[in-house]
Amino acid sequence: MTQSTDKVLSSDGLTFADRLTVNVTETATAAHRASVAGPVVLDLANVSVFYGSYEAVRQTTMSIARNQITAMIGPSGCGKSTILRSLNRMNDLIPGARVAGRISFHGTDIYAPEVDPIQVRRRIGMVFQKPNPFPKSIYENVAYGLKINKIKGNMDDMVEQALRGAALWDEVKDKLKMSALALSGGQQQRLCIARTIAVKPEVILMDEPCSALDPIATAKIEDLMYELAADYTIVIVTHNMQQAARVSHRTAFFSAEVDENGVRYGRLVEYDETQKIFTNPREKRTEDYITGRFG
Amino acid sequence: MFRWLTLAAGLLVLAVLALILVFTVKEAWPAIQHEGVWGFLTGDRWVPNDPDGPGPARPMYGALAFIYGTVVTSLIAVIIAVPISVGIALFLTEFAPRRLRGPVITVIDLLAAVPSVVFGLWAILVLGPWLFDAYQATHGLLGAVPVLGSIFGPPQGPRAFMTAGIIVAIMIIPIITSITREVFATVPNADKQAALALGATRWEMIRGAVFPHSFGGVVGAVMLGLGRAMGETIAVSLTIGAATQITANLFGSGNTLPARIVQNWGDPGIPPGRSALVGLGVVLFLITIIVNYLARLVVSRAEIRMKGASA
Repeated sequence: MTQSTDKVLSSDGLTFADRLTVNVTETATAAHRASVAGPVVLDLANVSVFYGSYEAVRQTTMSIARNQITAMIGPSGCGKSTILRSLNRMNDLIPGARVAGRISFHGTDIYAPEVDPIQVRRRIGMVFQKPNPFPKSIYENVAYGLKINKIKGNMDDMVEQALRGAALWDEVKDKLKMSALALSGGQQQRLCIARTIAVKPEVILMDEPCSALDPIATAKIEDLMYELAADYTIVIVTHNMQQAARVSHRTAFFSAEVDENGVRYGRLVEYDETQKIFTNPREKRTEDYITGRFG
Repeated sequence: MFRWLTLAAGLLVLAVLALILVFTVKEAWPAIQHEGVWGFLTGDRWVPNDPDGPGPARPMYGALAFIYGTVVTSLIAVIIAVPISVGIALFLTEFAPRRLRGPVITVIDLLAAVPSVVFGLWAILVLGPWLFDAYQATHGLLGAVPVLGSIFGPPQGPRAFMTAGIIVAIMIIPIITSITREVFATVPNADKQAALALGATRWEMIRGAVFPHSFGGVVGAVMLGLGRAMGETIAVSLTIGAATQITANLFGSGNTLPARIVQNWGDPGIPPGRSALVGLGVVLFLITIIVNYLARLVVSRAEIRMKGASA
């Protein structure tokens, strides 16, 4: 966390960063959560997401561990994207959206009134379904986040580093001034990843990052995710079960249900090591989905 | 078949433009001959006097003072209107609660429906006296400062370049606002979310995602507003003071090309007075074309600089 973004966020005089470090161990030892390997970065306790009075996702409890790739799978309308977008407060942008329960990032409730959503998004980056580079040059796309977050250092070096980190540097190093929109879809998506890692977040949320890409571009992104997991915590929402099986350490299976009033809602059914989810799931519902019997 | 129809429609527009240009130039020709092209464009006196009267021995028709007045009032109008319009458009697309949006848009569109003569009357009856006080106060404050002292010089009355500029600004705000708003509304949500997901504040998101996307469209909106500002006749005629003078003093009186045309059309003076007035129209037409062409250049240059080369 840089000096300029390190604002005092709470009344007890602790900065956001201080509170994060203070609370790491406390959360990691919380016993009732599904056991995860390594320290917990994000912890969801009874999280429900409302749109107006409609409860779209109900009672989600799970922990996300550092430097792991956590996949969220499930049929359409199961709430996996909704949960993902609540992790960096992107849901704030939807009028009427509201989160109940507690989402803590290193122990700090990210929905606490004193927490600035901009701070949260700065530390929990996001890559979207459709590659969405800005209509600017390749260089400016990566530099944008560095500029707005006033990150000090040699801009050229930081841009290069981010592009290398996203395995894109060799393809674009001679045309950094070219419009990002002239790149292929897969390159655009890697540019979006470069843009995200340029500001050095801790967590990268990926919302179906390969659904608009061809298999070769998809394979490149998956390889990249594996490399990125060394430095970042990754949460990926995917429609593609094979993708979840290939890249993730842990998998959360969400399902769309209908309650006694006939209202559809999403629910976390099972959350476990990916291998276990795909070979020996605990819940019948998971097994049905994995084996293609529904969804 | 459809292709030919559309082609014909396109050609018709060109033909009408060409005919307007040809016939106005033809009508203006006697005056241009009288003064010479250069003399007509650069002469700063407009004296359609009877040679037997107390004026100069021959009538003089120079358009420069009106070209100057047109440029100055339009620039004042655009400088005032653009930030306000962009601000309103941003407010409507990014900040305003949904239920406020409709009423605000209606009010602004209503502003566009007010006839320009009403704006002009309001300006001289209500706004003018109030502005005159403001001019005097401004001059008192800045009069001694070099440069600023001559720009905000001694007020010559409520009718001035500034008054005309302000009233035209109010008149072009609705046009610029509504087009700018449409342009802002076309910015993909994905771009905005990308900026916000990087930790951008709302304003940083607007600068990084909304503006680069909308630059061309906003310039187009400004050009439409500028076109209206340069062509505005009645409201300007009522508020600018009808003085043929070139002065840096924005609080001084002046005149514009279209205002001069309507003021004199009924009594154009001895020939080629009427031709000279048509000539002013030709000049206005040419200025508009040049400004639009320059705007296109600006947009294409800026887009390359901002968005990167396309290949």
